[in-house]
Amino acid sequence: MAEDRSPDPDADVCVVGAGPAGAIVAARLAEAGHDAVVLDAGPRFDLDDRTDQLDAHVRPGLEGLWGMGGERDAYTSSGPRGYPLNDARVKGVGGSTLHWQGMVMRLHERDFELRSRHGVGTDWPIDYADLRPYYAAAERELSVAGADDNPFAPPREEPFPLPAFPPSHSDAIFAEACESLGLPTHSVPNARNSEPADGASACVGYGTCKPVCPSGAKYTAERHVARAEAAGARVVDRAPVQRLVHDDSGKRIEAAIYATPGGEEYRQDADAVVLACGGVENVRLLLLSASDAHPDGLANSSGLVGRYFMDHCFAGVGGRIDRPTRQNHVGFNTTECHALYDGTDPLPGVKLEFLNYAGPSPVIDALHADDWGDSLLDSLRESYGTHLAVGGLVEQFPRAENRITLDRSTTDDHGNPVPDVHWSLGPETRRAIERVNEVQRSILAELGAEIDWVVGPDATGPAYHHMGTTRMGTDPESSVVAPDCRAHDCENLWIAGSSVFPTGGAMNPTLTIAALSCRLADRLEDWL
Amino acid sequence: MDLSRRDALAALAATGAAGVAGAAVLDDGDGADVSADAAPDASVPDDGLATLVAVAETVYPSAAEGVDAFVETYVAGLPDDRRDEILAVAADLDATARDWFDAPVADLDRSTRDGLLRDLGVDVADPDADGYLSERIRFHLVNELLYAFYASPTGGRLVGIENPIAYPGGTESYRRASMEDEDG
Repeated sequence: MAEDRSPDPDADVCVVGAGPAGAIVAARLAEAGHDAVVLDAGPRFDLDDRTDQLDAHVRPGLEGLWGMGGERDAYTSSGPRGYPLNDARVKGVGGSTLHWQGMVMRLHERDFELRSRHGVGTDWPIDYADLRPYYAAAERELSVAGADDNPFAPPREEPFPLPAFPPSHSDAIFAEACESLGLPTHSVPNARNSEPADGASACVGYGTCKPVCPSGAKYTAERHVARAEAAGARVVDRAPVQRLVHDDSGKRIEAAIYATPGGEEYRQDADAVVLACGGVENVRLLLLSASDAHPDGLANSSGLVGRYFMDHCFAGVGGRIDRPTRQNHVGFNTTECHALYDGTDPLPGVKLEFLNYAGPSPVIDALHADDWGDSLLDSLRESYGTHLAVGGLVEQFPRAENRITLDRSTTDDHGNPVPDVHWSLGPETRRAIERVNEVQRSILAELGAEIDWVVGPDATGPAYHHMGTTRMGTDPESSVVAPDCRAHDCENLWIAGSSVFPTGGAMNPTLTIAALSCRLADRLEDWL
Repeated sequence: MDLSRRDALAALAATGAAGVAGAAVLDDGDGADVSADAAPDASVPDDGLATLVAVAETVYPSAAEGVDAFVETYVAGLPDDRRDEILAVAADLDATARDWFDAPVADLDRSTRDGLLRDLGVDVADPDADGYLSERIRFHLVNELLYAFYASPTGGRLVGIENPIAYPGGTESYRRASMEDEDG
């Protein structure tokens, strides 16, 4: 029997997008007794298929890990830097947490006050103290495994829900070198079970966190979808929202119009709508919803919908040393260094990551080799075992020219214009990447490593964190949503996710996304 | 280096194969644990098995011993449809050997088997489950067998990693300075 994708006749809230931002809002509202409907453009992925997906990742010749690409996901990339959008997201129940790595840090206090402190970027309309209790709530929501050992982290008031994963062997190698360079190292908060939690096992070390965790130990938003459904929410997959429609005043969203695989188009009415489909699709949906009352797109009286697109830029240096480094046992990191984050050399936020997966994996190399037998073994022994790498994320300040727009020359499978990503690096980001490379080189030099590769400002790429395109602020002329994440222009339209970040720091954004979703759910519950 | 049935069951744990009674992944972070009495549900026909063992002996390091039991246990534990595809391609390879050498693959010496695969272009073929013969051999035979070997702790150990990618070997090994620590 075909799944019923007809609308809920009595929805309090319609959430667009079943990634972490939307799923957390839906779960909290449903558990508070509200009637919530979640619409997602992509499918549900069966948990029983995760080992097959692992095969698809490891074994060449298999495709379709998360089904991204094709006409549904068409996009263009027109900026000076190409942007691989479909590598950077997953459409489906769980969203991009299906393929994320799972690093969850709080932003630092400076991230909320960049303009006031340093005269660059902009300030958030809220500060760290406002978000602090919601960070704690988010850590509980994601069952974060961590330790209070980071001397550079912002203040916190309670322990992490789960104990941190202990440092790796290579972390110990790095720690000694970093200590001598005045770069203290510390643990990494992970949204990954170090002990059984939330009905899922502890990590069992498949080593393929990104792009798939077969054990379920890594958090995905499927956990919150399940919670939402258990509390009565309705979650409809393969239901891409085509546009939002408003009342005669233009101030109130009446419904989300969505398509279904059978070709039907439905109208989901709701008292409130929460947009939670990422920093690119949030923009596209607002722009696709242009009307006489909102000729430049919904909630876009500022003209800023789509502008200030930001990502984090990768910087890294890798090489080999003369002893075993024990890489590729696990697919996540256990040590970082935030020592440079709050300083001014460089001014953009930067963090260092000590990789546990530097260099090749023997099994993956074997499957791609053009040899076998003893000579294959010899080459695997030569290629594996002594690699080390220091990665890092570098902040991009918001730049108005970096933006998401509609490319009206290209359409998706429903005839809608596709998103165009215009992405570039500013000079301060380039300088910061160069500075990070200097530090990374010094660490490897301290270890006597032979450097094999450097990812600097010319080779850098995005970390797949889409931020800034519906920025939060108090002034409707210079921001899209208010501090409570409600659109300035529409009284019942709320936006969840990293698109509301005015600046992005250099911390992986999902914990802040989750914290803002917890906060948004509280505000919306009061409003309903 | 002795491969064992237990190694094959460990490799199956990496694939998530459901055909093995008793094989299980523990949920306490200690990684894969294979019950000693775990047993595949299915059997592998003798002729197909002989071909697969012959290919495995060609693509595995010469130090590998116990290949026949390892391959039999691994292939028997795969899902039925995957095993059937493997056996079909093994039959195609065997037919080629009989055509070229008037002998089944299993009767060829290691050097001749190696030459057969290379002359078919399997070494440089892109693995494709539904492609040309060389591509299917690469996907269903060579890469399947290499995956079983190098995603198992015993195969990984030959290279220096007892918890290779795709094997759920727990969260202890990444902390150790060497494999020897585990044994000591």
